Amino acid sequence: MELGNQLLQYLLSGLSTGAIYALIGIGFSIIYNATGIINFAQGEFVMLGGMLTLFLMETLKLPLWAAIPLAVLLATLVGLLFERLAIRPLRKASPISLVIITIGGSILIRGLSMLIWDKDTHALPPFSSEEPIMIAGATVLPQHFWILGITVVLIGLNKWFFSHTISGKAMRACSYNPRAAGLVGIDVRRMVLLSFVISAAMGSLAGIIVAPLTMTSYDVGVMLGLKGFCAAIIGGMSSGIPTVIGGLILGVLESLGAGLISSGYKDAIAFVILLLILFIRPQGLFGKPESERV
Amino acid sequence: MKKLVMVCSMAAVLLCSATMALAAGTIKIGGLFSVTGPASFLGEPEKKTLEMLVADLNAKGGINGQKLEAVIYDTAGDATKAVQLATKLIKNDKVVAIIGPSTTGESMAVLALTEKEKIPLISCAAGIKITEPAKDRKFTFKTPANDHVAVEKILQYAAKVKQKNLAILTVTDGFGASGREQLKVSAAQKGFKIVADETYGPKDTDMTPQLTKIRSSKADAIICWGTNPGPAIITKNIKQLGIKTPVYMSHGVASKKYIELASPAAAEGIMLPAGKLAVYDALPKNDPQQKLLREYDAAYKKAHGVEASTFGGYAYDAFLLVTNAIKTKGVTPAQIRDGLEQTKKLVSVSGVFNMAATDHNGLDLSAFEMVKIHKGDWSILK
Repeated sequence: MELGNQLLQYLLSGLSTGAIYALIGIGFSIIYNATGIINFAQGEFVMLGGMLTLFLMETLKLPLWAAIPLAVLLATLVGLLFERLAIRPLRKASPISLVIITIGGSILIRGLSMLIWDKDTHALPPFSSEEPIMIAGATVLPQHFWILGITVVLIGLNKWFFSHTISGKAMRACSYNPRAAGLVGIDVRRMVLLSFVISAAMGSLAGIIVAPLTMTSYDVGVMLGLKGFCAAIIGGMSSGIPTVIGGLILGVLESLGAGLISSGYKDAIAFVILLLILFIRPQGLFGKPESERV
Repeated sequence: MKKLVMVCSMAAVLLCSATMALAAGTIKIGGLFSVTGPASFLGEPEKKTLEMLVADLNAKGGINGQKLEAVIYDTAGDATKAVQLATKLIKNDKVVAIIGPSTTGESMAVLALTEKEKIPLISCAAGIKITEPAKDRKFTFKTPANDHVAVEKILQYAAKVKQKNLAILTVTDGFGASGREQLKVSAAQKGFKIVADETYGPKDTDMTPQLTKIRSSKADAIICWGTNPGPAIITKNIKQLGIKTPVYMSHGVASKKYIELASPAAAEGIMLPAGKLAVYDALPKNDPQQKLLREYDAAYKKAHGVEASTFGGYAYDAFLLVTNAIKTKGVTPAQIRDGLEQTKKLVSVSGVFNMAATDHNGLDLSAFEMVKIHKGDWSILK
């Protein structure tokens, strides 16, 4: 019974952390599919979400419900500017230079945030009460339900967008073959821009919904970004369900590893999984091996 | 006419040398702080405190009629840079003593140089290795209390309330690793039993797995060793899991910021050893440090708009120790060293300093006060 309760607690903790990894991971995948680059500034959008919400609440005295959409909007604007100023002028560059540019961009965004705000850690108020809820011997906070709920809604919207709207279908076309997509009249550059906009919006929202639990500061993006990247790799860089499952697996394994084996190896677990996947199944846990046609 | 020019220029030369002689009469001390970089939360208040104190001292006429000048460099938390800048302070600026560096790593690198050059170094970092072994640290001093002093303060209280089985949860950085080591050594010496030994990463966002494990260990108390934001997350996790075991935090979170981050409701009842600066309002009236702490906090708030921090306090201690040594012994590096070592009952921010040849820190258990968080504020534990 005791062990059962413990296991349930590990599982619930892991799922809620995993949901966040999934949201961030999808941001990576969307940009990867549209442009073929890994955007290492993805973690900074997560940070911007939390920090901007806090900034709006403190300086403009906005209530939480008004600050959140505005913060997402501003973070999205940063994503848009990032694409226009740093990525688009260099579209002819090789993917590796673009990846390095995103790393540079992330350092810049982090540095500016540190100067504009400060180096301190800040807490966001929870969306609803702070009273823990008992579930068969394990406890969760109302905020965990917010996280799970918002994640499910976002992933649903994402799925709908990519399979049922013209823009979504056009973006998928770009990911299969940008040249052919261009030939049938799809504005590839617009789709790249759109991918940055969606990723920034999703990343910042992820940053906002976790901030009441995990706190936020100018440098939270680094670790969360890396974990999201792991989730995307496990999911084979798919912008749908596989990445979500990748995030959840990662969260649960981390939590079980910390609880049952040793907490010292918690982060190592994530990166060992990352390396194993890259060695054994570079196409992701659920993907089919890519076949190159000559 | 020619003569007049000659006289004038000679007068000018004389005047110049006179002012130069005056300038040579100022006492120069060096400051090495990591004002930027990862340890900037230490270096920034240290630099501001030192500048504030030097300006204040000069406005009041200096030491023994001589002005004091502080030459301060930013090490950016880099040990190599710290050594280069220390060389510059000694060779170019000809300082008589150096305050800083801010971190243990930098201090260990710099002290090799200052010991060789026989320049007193008053480090603002806490690592116990900075002042030990004492026989190799003739010119090295430090102002923050050793970690084991905070550990002993907690264990002393735990023994008093008859807690035997302890669970420890420490962060995997330098601060946490040192705390974990000290906790294990001291707990074994004092007959405590460590029933759970868990760690977490400095950037971890959820510690419920570790705490769930600790809950099943049936510990009498949980001791957590880390700096923000980890302890604040742990405090929230403890409330979420409904753990009723008493919790001790380290002196690393002795600021209102921690209560604010963790929320007063979750932090209710948490106990920790706090430097007196954090809790001076709650101190008894006869406390020797209270007046100084209140004045420092007020002056810092006036100059910089934020509350004074323990870290700035380390530079305050160093400044007070050096100026006191100059007043009592003299201005050469060797005289300052002797003065520092013979410091007795010097009331400052981190505590009351009583140096000795074998103790170049000079603080004991009285540097900390055990406090309990009640309604978002500190209350002193008797």
